[in-house]
Amino acid sequence: MHLVLFIIFAALCLTGAVNLLFQKQPISSALSLVVVMTSLAVLYLLLGAEFLAAAQVIVYAGAIMVLFTFVVMLLNAGREERTLGSRAYRTVGFPAVAAILAVIATSFIKLQGFGDARMDDHITSTADLSTVLFTKLLLPFEVTSVLILVAILGSVALARKGDAEGREPK
Amino acid sequence: MNSLHAVSSEVPLVWYLILSAVLFCLGVLGFLIKRNLITVFMSIELMLNAVNLSFVTFAHQWHEVKGQIFVFFVMVVAAAEAAVGLAIIIAVFRARATLAVDRIDLMKL
Repeated sequence: MHLVLFIIFAALCLTGAVNLLFQKQPISSALSLVVVMTSLAVLYLLLGAEFLAAAQVIVYAGAIMVLFTFVVMLLNAGREERTLGSRAYRTVGFPAVAAILAVIATSFIKLQGFGDARMDDHITSTADLSTVLFTKLLLPFEVTSVLILVAILGSVALARKGDAEGREPK
Repeated sequence: MNSLHAVSSEVPLVWYLILSAVLFCLGVLGFLIKRNLITVFMSIELMLNAVNLSFVTFAHQWHEVKGQIFVFFVMVVAAAEAAVGLAIIIAVFRARATLAVDRIDLMKL
C-alpha cells in the first residue's frame, strides 16, 4: 500500500516538475507547481509528518501559490519567449546539473543503515512537534515573527507606487 | 505470499532521497532554461520543496522532531521570501514593462 501510494505521488510530483519546465504560459507553470506541492504533502503524510502535510497544503499550495497566480494575472504575463541564451549555460550549466544529480544520488545510494518506510510507522503528532518548538526552540520561533513583520513592511514598501519620499507619481 | 506482502508494503527511504535529488535538479534546470522572471522564481520554490522532502526523510529515519521543525522554519522563510520577491518583480515590471530576464540585465532601474 505504501509502495503504491509512493509510486503514484512520486510520479505526479515528477510529472508536475517536468511540466513546469516545458509549459510556455506562466500560469500553467504555476498550476503544475501546485500539483508538485500537493503531492509532496501526501509524501510527508506517508513519512509520518502530519502537521507538515497540512502546513504544506495550506502555506505552499494555498498561500504562496495564490500569491504567484495573483502576480501572474496582475502583470498579465503572457507567453514566455524562448531565446537561445548564452552558450556558456549550455556548455557549463547542463553538465553541471547532471554532475550535481550524480553526486547527490550516489552519496544517497551509498548511505548505510537506512531503513524502510511502512504504513504502520510512528506518526509525529502535532503535540510532539509543538512541545519541542515551544520549549527548546522558542527564541527562533519568536525571531521568525520579526522576520515576517520585516517582510510585510518590505513588500509593501517595494510594491508601492511613488518614490522613496512617498510622493505620488504624476 | 508473505514475502510479496512484505515487499509491497514498505519503501526504502533512499527512494525518497533520490526523489528529492531529482526534484532539486529539475529546479536547477528550470532556473537555467526559463526565461520569465516569475517562472524562474517558481523554480527556486521547487528547489526549496525538494530540500524539505529530504529533511522530512532524515527526520523519519532518526525519529528526530527537530528535522520537521526545520522544515516548518523553511516554510515560514519561504513565505516571507515569496512576498518580498514578488514585490520586487512588481517593481521591476513597473520600471521595465517586461518580465523577460534577458531584458532585465542592468542593476540600475
